Amino acid sequence: MVTGPGALTARLSAEGLTLFRGDRCLFRNVSFAVRSGELLILEGSNGSGKTSLMKALVGMLDLENGVVSWNGKPVSEQRQVFHGALVWTAHRVGLKADLTPVENLRYEAALRPQGDDGLDKVFERLEISRLKPLPLRSLSAGQQRRVALARMLLADVPLWLMDEPFTNLDREGRALVMDLVKEHLDEGGMCVMAAHQDVEIDAPVTKVVLR
Amino acid sequence: MWKWFHQLASPPHFYRIAPAFSTWLLLPGLALIAYGVYSGLFLAPMDYQQGDAFRIIYIHVPSAYLSLMAYMIVAVAGGIGLIWRMKLAHAVAASAAPLGAWFTFLALATGSIWGRPMWGTWWEWADPRMMSELILLFFYFGYMALRAAIDDTAKADKASALLALVGVVNVIIVHYSVEWWSSLHQGQTIMAEGGPAMDPGMLYPLLANIFGFTLLFGSLLLRRTRTEVLFRERRTRWVKEMILAPEGQS
Amino acid sequence: MTDQGPQMPGLLVGLVAVARRDLLLAWKRPGDVLNPLFFFAMVCTLFPLAVGPSAEQLTFSGPGVLWVAALLAMLISLNSLFISDFDDGSLEQLLVSPQPLPLVGLGKTAAHWLTSGLPLVLVSPIVAITYRMPGDVVLVLMLTLTLGTISLSLLGSIGAALTVGLHRGTALLSLLILPLSMPVLIIGANTVSLAAGNETYSAGIWALSAYAVGTLSLAPYATAAALRISNE
Repeated sequence: MVTGPGALTARLSAEGLTLFRGDRCLFRNVSFAVRSGELLILEGSNGSGKTSLMKALVGMLDLENGVVSWNGKPVSEQRQVFHGALVWTAHRVGLKADLTPVENLRYEAALRPQGDDGLDKVFERLEISRLKPLPLRSLSAGQQRRVALARMLLADVPLWLMDEPFTNLDREGRALVMDLVKEHLDEGGMCVMAAHQDVEIDAPVTKVVLR
Repeated sequence: MWKWFHQLASPPHFYRIAPAFSTWLLLPGLALIAYGVYSGLFLAPMDYQQGDAFRIIYIHVPSAYLSLMAYMIVAVAGGIGLIWRMKLAHAVAASAAPLGAWFTFLALATGSIWGRPMWGTWWEWADPRMMSELILLFFYFGYMALRAAIDDTAKADKASALLALVGVVNVIIVHYSVEWWSSLHQGQTIMAEGGPAMDPGMLYPLLANIFGFTLLFGSLLLRRTRTEVLFRERRTRWVKEMILAPEGQS
Repeated sequence: MTDQGPQMPGLLVGLVAVARRDLLLAWKRPGDVLNPLFFFAMVCTLFPLAVGPSAEQLTFSGPGVLWVAALLAMLISLNSLFISDFDDGSLEQLLVSPQPLPLVGLGKTAAHWLTSGLPLVLVSPIVAITYRMPGDVVLVLMLTLTLGTISLSLLGSIGAALTVGLHRGTALLSLLILPLSMPVLIIGANTVSLAAGNETYSAGIWALSAYAVGTLSLAPYATAAALRISNE
């Protein structure tokens, strides 16, 4: 659910990204662009720098060289706007184990723009409604990941960044993720996904391969 | 002017010019210290209150002054490295900290030796300057411990630079709060309040030593930073070329 | 670029949400709140055991002992300020949210103070009375502890942010925070001593207030910078 006129013309672009970790060069001169309705897949084996590239995109890591731009302007000039336009699904679930899914997501609602769908509807979509009152600690890894996906569905932002979203999910879960991504793209959103498995989707796809 | 600055920030350039500067600082520094120590120990008149015991100020005062100046250098260099992303600035900060810590220790040790005949004890808690110096040593330890605990050099640089900047503000506050505390508890200080009212025969060696030690510090800092730079850049091409260059090239 | 799209939550909304979440977490784990308090009480018990329980000694050393114990208890509780968020990944999410990191950090620190500093202030009279502290001095103690623990929470958040995720971060955190907290300790404890000796102590109160206000305005930025550095 991506509303607002800005969403349909959104564009994320990267030019000449180079990143060092200590003395090691993780990637050099990476460039790409993603527009509304498109999916960008970052491919590469473990340790090839996919997560680091994502972290560099969101500003958590300093690039040696290169510029990331959102809607034409460098991200460094509009951090808050950029962060308000994205949601990131990372390796770690990023939720508190002591709290229930509902308590966790209610807190998340204060962090970024929220869509119109309520918690109940989102939980139904993710098929975790019966888990609502349980503390996160008692859920399985796959169930926790579904709760993390709820963060994406609740937010009303154009850019989805997903780092290995299929981790711990069974086949149904993986299909569900791809359905959600497709719906998001159809509504004018865009997605950058790091995956080391093959991804199939009926939408424009760009691939960036990191070695 | 900016060109010089940019050149200075380049590690290979710094590596080449540092030894020369270091020697230019070292020789006058040692000369001044030689004069200061000789005339301080043998030529300066005896203090009417403290006898010969006061002579340790010729080491104590420069050490204390340098311990503070070194911390400022650590903080400023760290700040420059943090804001302008200069790798060399971080190397300077990393090198200055152990030097500053040693001078702090030296100040504390000489202060204690000085205090023994004056206070009657090896350590007088109530002396505000010694207390401030001791807390400064803890600041140094914290800085160096943080550096040592972080494996990634760039991350260690940034974290310790931030710590040093926070610490600089606190060093000033510590100084004043310790002074207040000392006034409450009526301790004796080892240094008289009046500074320049000293006999010139006492003052000139002291000034000579202050300048001399500062030059010595600068010289040591340059040499240490040079080694630090070499270590940090050990995997770069210019270092490899330099090591593999045939004899006769510096 | 005018944003006619979805509404960005207000700045304070983030601060309040983070503080509420942390308070909710503390509610679910009361041990985290109680442990530092027990520690405080136990440290205050150590001194009479070690040095002697004579009335003179108690009244003389009371302000200092209570203040040192409070400082140590705060240190223990500061350890956990960012660690659980770092471990489960919620800290990363905060770094990526549009909410300003200094405010978010301030929200966490505020919640932390409410669950560590404030309980200490409330428990201190009980221990102070065992140290034969007269009632009016106890009030001064509580006031200095309130102001002092606020400063300690804020300073401690910088240290906690710098050491989060480090091997043996605990010991290092103490090494970093203790020098920073010495002014607060000096002023706080000695102000209470002055009050106990029936001398004017307002200078210390003003100094502590100024220190609290100063750290309140500056520490959140340092903490935010430290969090970014630690998460690289």
